[in-house]
Amino acid sequence: MEDLFTGSVLIGLLASAIRLATPYLYAAIGETFGQRSGVLNLGVDGIMLMGAFSAFYVVFKTGDLVGGVLLAALVGLLMGLLMAFISVTLSAEQGISGIGVYLFGLGMSDLLFQKLINNVQTVSGFPVAPIPLLSEIPVLGPILFRQNVLVYGAYILVPIAWFVLNKTTLGLKIKAVGENPEAADTLGVSVSRIRYFTVSLGGMLSGIAGASLSIALLNVFQFNLTNGLGFIAIALVYFGGWRPTWVLLGSLIFSFVNALQIWVQVVGLPIPSDIAVMTPYILTIVVLVISAQRVRPPSALSKAYERLE
Amino acid sequence: MTQKQILPSGNPRIDRLEMQGIVKRFPGVLANDHVNFDVNAFEVHALLGENGAGKSTLMKQLYGLYHPDQGQIIFDGEPRLIHSPRDAINLGIGMIHQHFMLVDSLTVAENVALGLPSTRGIMTDLDRVTKRICELAEVYGLDVEPDAYIWQLSVGQQQKVEIIKALYRGAALLILDEPTAVLTPQEVDDFFVTLTKMANDGHALIFISHKLHEVMAFTHRVTVLRDGKNVGTVNTVDTNKNLLAEMMVGRPLNFIRNYKTIKCGNPRLKVENLSALSDRGVPALKNVSFEVCAGEVLGLAGVSGNGQPELAQVIAGLRPSTSGKIMIDDENLTGSTPMQVIDKGVAYIPEKRNVEGLIKEFSVSENLIMRDLDQEIYSRNAFLNMGNIAKRSADLVKTFNVKTPSIDTPIKSLSGGNAQKVILAREISRQPKVLIAAQPTRGVDIGATEYIHERIIEQRETGTATLLISEDLDEIFALSDRIAVIFHGEIMGVVDRKDATLQSIGLMMAGEQPPETKTAE
Repeated sequence: MEDLFTGSVLIGLLASAIRLATPYLYAAIGETFGQRSGVLNLGVDGIMLMGAFSAFYVVFKTGDLVGGVLLAALVGLLMGLLMAFISVTLSAEQGISGIGVYLFGLGMSDLLFQKLINNVQTVSGFPVAPIPLLSEIPVLGPILFRQNVLVYGAYILVPIAWFVLNKTTLGLKIKAVGENPEAADTLGVSVSRIRYFTVSLGGMLSGIAGASLSIALLNVFQFNLTNGLGFIAIALVYFGGWRPTWVLLGSLIFSFVNALQIWVQVVGLPIPSDIAVMTPYILTIVVLVISAQRVRPPSALSKAYERLE
Repeated sequence: MTQKQILPSGNPRIDRLEMQGIVKRFPGVLANDHVNFDVNAFEVHALLGENGAGKSTLMKQLYGLYHPDQGQIIFDGEPRLIHSPRDAINLGIGMIHQHFMLVDSLTVAENVALGLPSTRGIMTDLDRVTKRICELAEVYGLDVEPDAYIWQLSVGQQQKVEIIKALYRGAALLILDEPTAVLTPQEVDDFFVTLTKMANDGHALIFISHKLHEVMAFTHRVTVLRDGKNVGTVNTVDTNKNLLAEMMVGRPLNFIRNYKTIKCGNPRLKVENLSALSDRGVPALKNVSFEVCAGEVLGLAGVSGNGQPELAQVIAGLRPSTSGKIMIDDENLTGSTPMQVIDKGVAYIPEKRNVEGLIKEFSVSENLIMRDLDQEIYSRNAFLNMGNIAKRSADLVKTFNVKTPSIDTPIKSLSGGNAQKVILAREISRQPKVLIAAQPTRGVDIGATEYIHERIIEQRETGTATLLISEDLDEIFALSDRIAVIFHGEIMGVVDRKDATLQSIGLMMAGEQPPETKTAE
């Protein structure tokens, strides 16, 4: 049993935790923008599935990794626009519209998969791109700097999101629209334009989150590839108190648990694999219960805004 | 075009604004029917009318939130189309809304900067905004802390932020929508000093209100609207409160005064050292004690958010207390369920009438008998007795003068005043021992207010102990035998109405101990 806890095993575990946080990060940061502006998009998982399939399909057919990510982003953007149209323009109940978007993505991605590919295939996804010099640092190097491009992108997103939300006029508008849309409206801030922007951005990032699964981490596509990961991302937004840095922390905790449960199965510890697989979901519930009492969500979250009183 | 005069804020002056023949229709309602209105620089022009008279609709068109179906808006001789608030802001119009348009979780400077282009491109320039806020605050004597979060500020300070926000955006004309509704009397005085200074400096101010004494005190002209139409425009010096009230309502009013005094009996409602938490889990009531005897109205004055709704809810059994005691006729009520409270003879007119008092989608009749449903005449073996329910409802609608097309009309299509009468009918028709009336006339037109006041007085004369919770000091002074003041969840003092002055009550509302506490008894 001693060899289970050697340094290299631990490094491997941490490296894979860093890697596995990627889809959570893209999706949760995107969702953070939407929720900060007052739109709860429960369709994240469906958008991820569509993104995952689109990217996988491009890579499967052409091998073009960048093209795969771009198509996933575009498909995510379009689905985000759809969600924005339903929830902002049509003022539909956000929870229900999000579930609709999710079910659409779940079904559509499988339909396309069956029609266009039909059996489980693998592709060669994004290769590891070690960062010169940094990747040579002992311990930290292999954990942080021997990852693929999409992984780096996810981590760069965090400070960018923080900067946008806290240091820019756009961020101020987003926060105001999510807290008091009426006040923002009277100051000439277009509530619907801001919400369209954030929800589309969220959709785009969810699409990339899906791509990171299908062409960077797992390099495979199958029915319901995400396995509810998009819903965990939404929970992470709550856990993170709608702040990108805390969302990062939450993503890392989850991916570490995930990496741990995979490792538990791989080394064959005497824990039923079902229990191991369950842990991230149990953690989700615990996290939600704890975070529910900790921070206050944006006041206008999940409320449609209509000017007529 | 002639060069515009510049105001002390640095904004160009608007010499004259005219709204001519404004027509605005909403589905089923003609909200503005060929309304004319104008305002000049150096002037405070009051826009007076009951709820639903079309004041806010008119002003929202000026501010670009609604668009007129007909008519035009003319600035210094030039007709303008105002498509959005942004257009209005660009023309130099600022609006202080009745409910402040501030984002609680942002700072003063962030609220001011919101929606404006930054001098640093995509990045915010809050340091420069802060500097300009301080300049404006200096010119107009508005002391605000630019780095404070809105939620940390008092209501009076928040209003100053609203004014600064408008001035910062270049406002030369300010629309003030019932700005004093939430202020203490001292804050109102302060506020009027600021506004008078602004008018003297050349700003044009539109003051929307239904408080006649304020209109009389500091405006130059008054335009009265009723049912969406102009009733008239008069110079303030040529009119008086009674004339204005008549113009508003369309008939003379009986102001309640000099009702007979009743010898106070035994304390009927007794609250001892009551404490409770707010929804946020912080103490909302701290050792509150008072008594109300049979045949007495105890007015509870206070600025909104000082524990009033929590107190009403605790007495009604809707909120647990953390300590203390509530007694009715020496029966302990502490910890009772709402049903037990009702059975002990407590009637409750809740502050949020549409949330706690009524089910808006339900009919008048269903709302009227809701709390008596378990009585045998209305239901038996799980079946409703529709005949008895309809008969009782029709009776109540008639007795309480509820204007409704039928007893099956949903509450949501009734006016605020009539909806409130439905609650009143349900609550006092059962001869309560104790009546808790929280903001009973808020958002209710003058006619219905008059009616509700008469009914409360009637209850008092039949021996009900009434706790009247109100932010409207006119109401408190008109109806109360004694006045208690609540501040930060504590009772600052209880005084006899005859010993109370607006000044003394106002100071207590702001948290100052009364100079000498004159409690009754």
